[in-house]
Amino acid sequence: MELIAFFVLALLLVASALVVITNRNPVTCAVALAFNLVAIAGVYMVLDAQFIGLLQVIVYAGAIMVLILFVIMLLNLREEEKPHPAGTFQRVLAPAASLLFAVVIGRALFLSAPSSFPEKADGFGTAASIGNELFMRFYYPFEAISLLLVVAMIGAVLLAKRDVS
Amino acid sequence: MIDPRLVLVLSAVLFSLGVVGVLTRRGAISILMCVELMLNAGNLAFITFARIAGGPEAQIYVFFVMTLAAAEAAAGLAIVIALFRLRGTTDVDEINLLKW
Amino acid sequence: MEILINFVKIVTVFSLLMLCVSIMTWVERRLSAIIQYRLGPNRVGPWGLLQPIADGVKFIQKQDIIPAEAHKLFYVLAPALAVVPALCAFAVIPFGPTVEIFGTKVPFVILDLDGGLLWAFAATGLGVYALVLAGWSSNSKFSLIGGLRSSAQMISYELPMALSVASVVLVSGTLRPTQIVEQQAGSFLHWNIFGGGFQLLGFILFTVAGYAETNRTPFDLPEAEGELVAGYHTEYSGMRFAAFFMAEYINMMTSSALGITLFLGGWQLGLPTRWLPEPGWVLWGAQILAFVLKMAFFQFLYVWVRWTLPRFRYDQLMNLGWKGLLPLSLANLAVTAILVAYDLVGH
Repeated sequence: MELIAFFVLALLLVASALVVITNRNPVTCAVALAFNLVAIAGVYMVLDAQFIGLLQVIVYAGAIMVLILFVIMLLNLREEEKPHPAGTFQRVLAPAASLLFAVVIGRALFLSAPSSFPEKADGFGTAASIGNELFMRFYYPFEAISLLLVVAMIGAVLLAKRDVS
Repeated sequence: MIDPRLVLVLSAVLFSLGVVGVLTRRGAISILMCVELMLNAGNLAFITFARIAGGPEAQIYVFFVMTLAAAEAAAGLAIVIALFRLRGTTDVDEINLLKW
Repeated sequence: MEILINFVKIVTVFSLLMLCVSIMTWVERRLSAIIQYRLGPNRVGPWGLLQPIADGVKFIQKQDIIPAEAHKLFYVLAPALAVVPALCAFAVIPFGPTVEIFGTKVPFVILDLDGGLLWAFAATGLGVYALVLAGWSSNSKFSLIGGLRSSAQMISYELPMALSVASVVLVSGTLRPTQIVEQQAGSFLHWNIFGGGFQLLGFILFTVAGYAETNRTPFDLPEAEGELVAGYHTEYSGMRFAAFFMAEYINMMTSSALGITLFLGGWQLGLPTRWLPEPGWVLWGAQILAFVLKMAFFQFLYVWVRWTLPRFRYDQLMNLGWKGLLPLSLANLAVTAILVAYDLVGH
């Protein structure tokens, strides 16, 4: 049952990723990416990581992608033009290199994992277990990343401000 | 049951698709979106290993990566907006001159 | 067997929600008429009760128009994208206790997730896409501005909503709606809004944010006539418009149901435990009825506020959200955290 769900999700993931990297209309790419992110959240749920899966939908699909869509619409980006003819070599070399890269990385990951998942640990993927670790062991990184978020917010507002001269 | 190696291969495939996108696309925002794709592929691998190992550590790494991706997307988009105001285009092939 | 029970639950909830949507259209029109000192629909059946059916037929038989330069895929997708997340968000809300039917315990909630509240937020967050895509794909100035304004408003007010929910989670110690409701057992003073959690401010913030989330007056500038023609659904007609309409009502119901679950004790009757009858269909029926009555009151409140208050200007709206509600909800969270840390409230 989970295998069927995983295969359907995997198919949707690869299909939407292909749309993201090939489609010329930025809005279509953004919506395809949002769909991709929700599908990845689905895979997380299949893998019993409920909290992270839901967080993925809320943060990534619900906030970041909406932000990207906003910027695309406010800048009124038209369809991307076709790539330069001079870039044909690059356009053939990039997929080839990435294929090689995928094979190498895939093989490395393949060899480093067992062939079946162990039993789910009790309380795996719940908010309580993650919260406990986050606020005990990972306390300093948590505070640091809160600071980083504030800095990023301030930076984004400053960078995007219109020059009031 | 699912084979974790399948999930990891899927993650590698998504990552390399993201790499192709970053190398091939011309719009700055499209490149940012492909970077998000790569980050998510990495997150997927993290979660798989979390499920194998059984503890919450890798999930916390994913939590941090997600937060970082949000901050990076916000800052990156602000830069793209500023660039668009300056050059009138987000085409990275056109933005090839330093300030003269 | 479990699959059958889940299937029955899903079908029942879905049909009841759709039925409530049509009842709401009637309620809205009659109630607005009473508030405005006129009669509402009263021709199509006794007291106009068959009006929703007439509306449905009207919507279905309208011509299906797609604007010439519209982006066809997203134009068609947007209404569906509005309804589906709205319905999904209702899946984690417990609308009744755990009953015993023929020996099996059947909880009256479709998805008893460990992070149930997060699911509700995820679903409402996904509802933003429909507005943005509808506004953009209609290829019209009013639609685009209306869509961007609506979605900016929605994501701005998600923050105070989430923070007031976070205060309730602090008090309850769990993200599971079923547990949150069970903790509010006993007299109504044990509800999270009163002595159970002292969340009166949180409740007010949540309700106001809920009004803004669902784009209802006084926050409905992005879709009001006379301001932006009709905002993001300007170019929609017929059944597509009806889909947006339905999505708005379902969002209203989800928002009220969340508020009831978190602050007003869900399906709890609000009577002290020793007054309650033995667990049986009398008690369970009364509890389900309590939930329905609370929902009905909230829907009445939505309609009442809509036809009483004038609407906010857009910058006033955003100011209220970011400079008013957000600091208040942060303060609420801080005070609740102090109370919980010193064991004055909490479970």
